[in-house]
Amino acid sequence: MDVALFIEKFAIILIVFGITMFIALYSTFAERKVAAFMQDRPGPNRAGWGGIFQPLADGVKMFTKEDFIPNTPNKFLFILGPGLFIVTALMTSAVVPWGGTLHLFGRDISLQAADINLAILFVFGVVSIGVYGIMIGGWASNNKYSLLGAVRASSQMISYEIAMGLSIIAVLMMTGSLSLRTIAEQQHGFFDWGQHWLSWNVFKQPLAFFIFLICAFAETNRTPFDLPECESELVGGYHTEYSSMKLGFYLFAEYINMFISSAIIATVFFGGYNYPGMDGVATHIGPNIAVLLGVAVLFAKTLFFIFFYMWVRWTVPRFRYDQLMNLGWKVLFPLSIVNIVLTAVVILGRQYFNF
Amino acid sequence: MATDIKSMSLSGRKIDVSEKEMTFKEKMYVFAIAKGMGITLRHFFKPKVTIMYPEQKREFSPVYRGRHILMRDENGAERCTACGLCALACPAEAITMTSAERKKGEENLYREEKYASVYEINMLRCIFCGLCEEACPKEAIFLTEDMVSSDFKREGFIYGKDKLVMPLEDKIH
Ligand code: SF4
Ligand code: SF4
Repeated sequence: MDVALFIEKFAIILIVFGITMFIALYSTFAERKVAAFMQDRPGPNRAGWGGIFQPLADGVKMFTKEDFIPNTPNKFLFILGPGLFIVTALMTSAVVPWGGTLHLFGRDISLQAADINLAILFVFGVVSIGVYGIMIGGWASNNKYSLLGAVRASSQMISYEIAMGLSIIAVLMMTGSLSLRTIAEQQHGFFDWGQHWLSWNVFKQPLAFFIFLICAFAETNRTPFDLPECESELVGGYHTEYSSMKLGFYLFAEYINMFISSAIIATVFFGGYNYPGMDGVATHIGPNIAVLLGVAVLFAKTLFFIFFYMWVRWTVPRFRYDQLMNLGWKVLFPLSIVNIVLTAVVILGRQYFNF
Repeated sequence: MATDIKSMSLSGRKIDVSEKEMTFKEKMYVFAIAKGMGITLRHFFKPKVTIMYPEQKREFSPVYRGRHILMRDENGAERCTACGLCALACPAEAITMTSAERKKGEENLYREEKYASVYEINMLRCIFCGLCEEACPKEAIFLTEDMVSSDFKREGFIYGKDKLVMPLEDKIH
């Protein structure tokens, strides 16, 4: 095996892991700040300048709390739950293309941990394993609130995965590939001269984007779909019995999920690392600069979507459970099928009638 | 004139509840959500109303009623004569006291012949109504602008004479 390739991939994985952790850490802080700002408060501002060390304080707090294991026959599963949840949350970052191809030390370094040609399927698969983390944790807690929260989480995730998968199929019909890198490359630049239309998928598939966005909220258990941890009905939901770092893992994994799903939304629908005028930058300033700028652009898009998640959370109240199921099965599901049919009609029409 | 109970309005301000079906646009909720998000975004950039407490203090109104003080007179003698009227007036029954007789040579300490050897206010019971201040015939008890500080134990909130009596240096009258 090529040692250089191994080192290269290892470095990319480590960097992506570090960045994911860092962003998840500061998302917890950003969440509190955004919540505060939207409620006319300044938010946490005592630890360090503007409260910048608040996540560290939170982490120390989490670590030093009593690690309580309830009287449950499934101690192993109880510990496995949060571990599984955070592992699956971290796994998806492997297939996201964080940028184009760098030319360094006479090598072409693709800024992606694994360019597998089934990337989207991989993401869906791993995300649905994440449900096990919640389900196992809720089940092993030996507590009815936890179990109810876990049941809610799994039924909600399964229902919304369908609409999510169908909405992405419309995109896949146009791209013809499941690889996230190919999808990102097809949205090159900002304007597609060949098709006389903006090249990002959101302009070609606005309905699919809309459905995908809603489903992503449901998949990450964020408000308005945070019924699994609905405080007013279920105490803490599936993590009622958890304390210390095991609870920390659950909460942390939620933010990692948020970051990854934002990155995937940005990649699939908002052009990933592409930005207007990227060819101009590549020819006039330098290809590596253009690629690094692309990475920055992707992160900017991702951070915007993280902000969007928080923005929605502090605006919209929680759904009732039947409303949630109605929305998933009776609205989003048919809507995504209609979208598939529309896409098919347009694609065929373009092939045969050239409009 | 026969009035139907349904159309009757005693206050003259009755409004019929409309139970009209939501239109399709309203049922989509998207526009309502977008409007709501506009409102929260506007608040995001609004000036924050929080008062940063230890550094910045809210200005109290001149009639603010905070923790009590037992006054001394111009010679530094305690004004309170342990008459018990404040305790009687107190609606929260927060005040207790024990009276004692002034000995010879203590004239500079206590203004009247009878004084309170123990005087306690339970700050957890007190509602800061200021009735004790009004009841006192000797102008001995006043509510100040200070706040009752926090404590770890309940006992810490029972303020004795050590905390209540005005420090000698501060005598004003
Ligand atoms: S302020 Fe009111 S409640 Fe408090 S001690 Fe005086 S009379 Fe009692
Ligand atoms: S504080 Fe005033 S009312 Fe209360 S016992 Fe003393 S003199 Fe009487």
